[in-house]
Amino acid sequence: MNITLKIWRQRNASSKGKFVEYQLNDVPAEASFLEMLDILNEQLVLKGDDPVTFDHDCREGICGACGLYINGHPHGRFKNTTTCQLHMRKFKDGDTITVEPWRSEAFPIIKDLMVDRSALDKLIQAGGYISVHTGGVPDANAIPINKHNADLAMDAASCIGCGACVAACKNGSAMLFVGAKVSQFALLPQGQVESADRVQKMVARMDELGFGSCSNTYACQAECPKNISVTNIARMNRQFLAAKISEPLK
Amino acid sequence: MGKNGLSSITKKLIMAISGAGLVLFMLFHGAMNVVSIISQDGYRWICEFLGANWYALVGTMGLAALMALHFIYAFVLSYQNYKARGRQRYAVNERPEGVSWASKNMLAIGVVVLFGLVFHLYDFWAKMQLAEIRGNAPVDGIDQIKFIFSNNYFSIMYLLWLVAIWFHLSHGIASVMQSIGWNNLVWKRRIEILGSFFAAIIVMMFMSVVIYYWLIV
Amino acid sequence: MELNSKIPNGPLSEKWTKYKTEQKLVNPANKRKLDIIVIGTGLAGASAAASFGEMGFNVKVFCIQDSPRRAHSIAAQGGINAAKNYPNDGDSVQRLFNDTIKGGDYRAREANVYRLAEVSNSIIDQCVAQGVPFARDYSGLLANRSFGGAQVSRTFYAKGQTGQQLLLGAYGALSKEIEKGTVKMYARREMMDLVVVEGRARGVIVRNLVTGELERYSAHAVVIASGGYGRVFFLSTNAMSSNGSAIWQCYKKGACMANPCFTQIHPTCIPVHGDYQSKLTLMSESLRNDGRIWVPKDAEKARLLREGKIKATDIPEEERDYYLERRYPAFGNLVPRDVASRAAKERCDAGFGVNNTGRAVYLDFKEAIQRLGRQAVEEKYGNLFEMYERIVDENPYVTPMMIYPAVHYTMGGLWVDYELQTTVKGLFAAGEANFSDHGANRLGASALMQGLSDGYFVLPYTMQNYLADQINVPRFPTDLPEFEEAENAVRQRITKILSINGDTTVDMIHRRLGHIMWEKVGMSRTEQSLKEAVEEIQALRKEFWQKVKVPNVDGMNTELEKALRVADFLEMGELIARDALMRNESCGGHFRAEYQTPDGEAMRDDEHYAFVAAYEFQGVDNEPVLHKEELKFENVELKQRNYK
Repeated sequence: MNITLKIWRQRNASSKGKFVEYQLNDVPAEASFLEMLDILNEQLVLKGDDPVTFDHDCREGICGACGLYINGHPHGRFKNTTTCQLHMRKFKDGDTITVEPWRSEAFPIIKDLMVDRSALDKLIQAGGYISVHTGGVPDANAIPINKHNADLAMDAASCIGCGACVAACKNGSAMLFVGAKVSQFALLPQGQVESADRVQKMVARMDELGFGSCSNTYACQAECPKNISVTNIARMNRQFLAAKISEPLK
Repeated sequence: MGKNGLSSITKKLIMAISGAGLVLFMLFHGAMNVVSIISQDGYRWICEFLGANWYALVGTMGLAALMALHFIYAFVLSYQNYKARGRQRYAVNERPEGVSWASKNMLAIGVVVLFGLVFHLYDFWAKMQLAEIRGNAPVDGIDQIKFIFSNNYFSIMYLLWLVAIWFHLSHGIASVMQSIGWNNLVWKRRIEILGSFFAAIIVMMFMSVVIYYWLIV
Repeated sequence: MELNSKIPNGPLSEKWTKYKTEQKLVNPANKRKLDIIVIGTGLAGASAAASFGEMGFNVKVFCIQDSPRRAHSIAAQGGINAAKNYPNDGDSVQRLFNDTIKGGDYRAREANVYRLAEVSNSIIDQCVAQGVPFARDYSGLLANRSFGGAQVSRTFYAKGQTGQQLLLGAYGALSKEIEKGTVKMYARREMMDLVVVEGRARGVIVRNLVTGELERYSAHAVVIASGGYGRVFFLSTNAMSSNGSAIWQCYKKGACMANPCFTQIHPTCIPVHGDYQSKLTLMSESLRNDGRIWVPKDAEKARLLREGKIKATDIPEEERDYYLERRYPAFGNLVPRDVASRAAKERCDAGFGVNNTGRAVYLDFKEAIQRLGRQAVEEKYGNLFEMYERIVDENPYVTPMMIYPAVHYTMGGLWVDYELQTTVKGLFAAGEANFSDHGANRLGASALMQGLSDGYFVLPYTMQNYLADQINVPRFPTDLPEFEEAENAVRQRITKILSINGDTTVDMIHRRLGHIMWEKVGMSRTEQSLKEAVEEIQALRKEFWQKVKVPNVDGMNTELEKALRVADFLEMGELIARDALMRNESCGGHFRAEYQTPDGEAMRDDEHYAFVAAYEFQGVDNEPVLHKEELKFENVELKQRNYK
């Protein structure tokens, strides 16, 4: 198939970017979207041009490194699909495909389609864990966990940290990301010990880092490649408000 | 935000609680309006009851406060959200499936609702409770309704305004539940449907009065 | 050079306890004065760094990705083994040890493997305490499943995302320490060289991938946890940035490479579909619990399948050859990976392969769907089926899946002693980067176990033992001549690559290297093919240094990153081939066609090859020196592996 690509090119964080158009012919339909970009890059390198820079790693939808805004949707318009799992057979011969980086104040562009998502790491550092240290923990089966809650925790924990929720949100909010982490631990007895502190610290960090707030449009859930539910945000809100009343942080 | 500022979730809570208060007021207001169709004397009694007495004035001030909170925080949050979005916008952007149009345009719809409200206050409140406060005689409620809705232009504007209110509430009511944390996988869809339904009931109560006095009486 | 494995004396089951009671410790005040560098943030790296931080050491951690959470451990699907014996099916530490030693075809060190089995239970406890959402049954207790190479159900899992959940657990622990300030995280950095001062590892040179600048970091000890080198084969299940460069720099600075030819080919991957393909996707081995592997009995039918004239579902039950069940009735579809992979290759080579390439076999869930119901199958494997359908565009509930073996894991790696220390003092290697526990073949769900065992429960002890006599060594300045020299060498190498400006891309050469490796150093090797491989790789290496084209841009330069890695792969490939050539036997993942039993099984030569082959670098174009660490088996009887 032959396609036209409109790709955002930007040399570095401080330079001004622009769209550049590329014509790519004979793209195999079985190729993944990133393999299509590999083909383009190979051609660019041979011509002596700078290839298009984008984040990618595992290419099987789990590492969360890849993330392109394709034709108006993070990871393209297909549900539960990361960019690396999007295949060219989903496009038509002659299509024009616009590829943009995640756009959000918290994710500055590094180069071309690659953005800096370290803000997500900083969110986790604020408290997205259970503060146990290595060793000295009880037997794994010492605390039974209701299967329903364990399953919900697993669903929340499937977040791959790609940032599509932030990219999709008209408010550049990371509530789904934080809500999922808060929920995972709030649902497990091990995590409940420090859940009041956790939710307050993570929300405070989220505000500090310049993420927006939630206006409940749920674009995050619609675009999340792991189908993380916005009810995790509700759980976070509940946790947060309860914590502010019963155990406010100093 | 800053160390002493309210957190984003608290601000959302303010939006939710003030919004919920306004919704309850609208339910109350709408129910009273419907009385004007059933019994004009009854409606006149209500108008008198909500004149310039202490409880009505406290209610009005409370409402004004809710309104102000809802309005101020709408702008504060929208401004912060606008900044969080970043300067550079997407060249191509498509609304994903499952995201309602209203939810993405709450501020704009809210502004439309606000403009309508100004006119509405001018049409009714200024000539009724406000007039009484200033020591003038209030107009008769039924007469005023008849006067406003005998005008095609006003009636249509009122109906459009109510449509905007429906859009605002169709997202707003379910949104309140989400913001205060009363949402889960089982209830999410139910809350959304109930919210839209509830919004429709409220809006229809108001519409029925407009249509009754415009087209029927 | 003398290889000293430093295995403690005493009975096998008491060695680790004995080590722990006798090891030297560092007091808390001194820990603060000691720096440790950790390269890599996968299961081994993240867990080690977090644990060092908790203990009070000063830790500097480096990862190549934008976040430590993206390390490729995240992609492990199936599960993690432990000898908990929760299902009451007869498991024990001893049995996990036996299975691992046997699964590794008796080419692993007994003491290390026993320790691994011993700490396996603590790993599960640790992860549960961290909030890893392992699968549970309705009692609220942990669920287990079985895996290839074992007759008990000892695998703990979190849907098909066990690696992800374990890594996020370790990443959480790491994040906690970063927040506390004991660990400093350096993301988007790639290790370029090891700095050795007076015979001890004292620092690293890294390249900041965003700015392109070279940076120097010093420490009292260095831990390499950079994963395996499977991408020497170009196509593999590894991530795109997975590479062997960190271990290769250590090798060049004096650390020995052990058993480099032991590479694991995973039997259940989605078959190759085109030349532009960048990587292969693994379908979890857990699928073999319920899926049945087959090819047509009739070669003619296989031909029609390849030509697309008939479909898999057109072949009636009696015309299907469930070759694993036929050849290995005791283990059936659950034979170890190397056995399953070779059996698939054997069928395809004999002309029974399917798919348009003839390089695929079926993995069929028809029977499981009938037995358990579609819903139960969906619950167990839903996400894997979805993934398959997305890639292949076929519905595995209706049409059998197609699978083929692909390079997945490298058992070989830096040679380490019982303390996980390499032949360079103060240089440690953990996880897939070392060679230690899997012998010639790794069992399913054991990689996660090993990574976390090394990081949480082994290194925190052995590192203290090493650092105990370093407490008087002050922090190192990074302007020592050794740093200067190392940085200059890296800079020259980069300048050289950028100046070639030839006519072929890095990927083109990498693809050709992969082709040589897969065809000649792959699942089945011969003396002839390996000799050819050595020559071809040497020629390709020369070509690389004459013809490669890398854009000369400042700052972020992804082509340069790839070029530097491929330059190392081009040297590593040769060592793998040489090691395979030296090892005149078949064992585990190393199958030499000359050494097989009459019915096509691997034939070990315990008399001559029961040793670890550790290579010492002698210069890129010189043959390395081989050191042998004899493997003594005092607790298991060496048997021909038998899964029949």
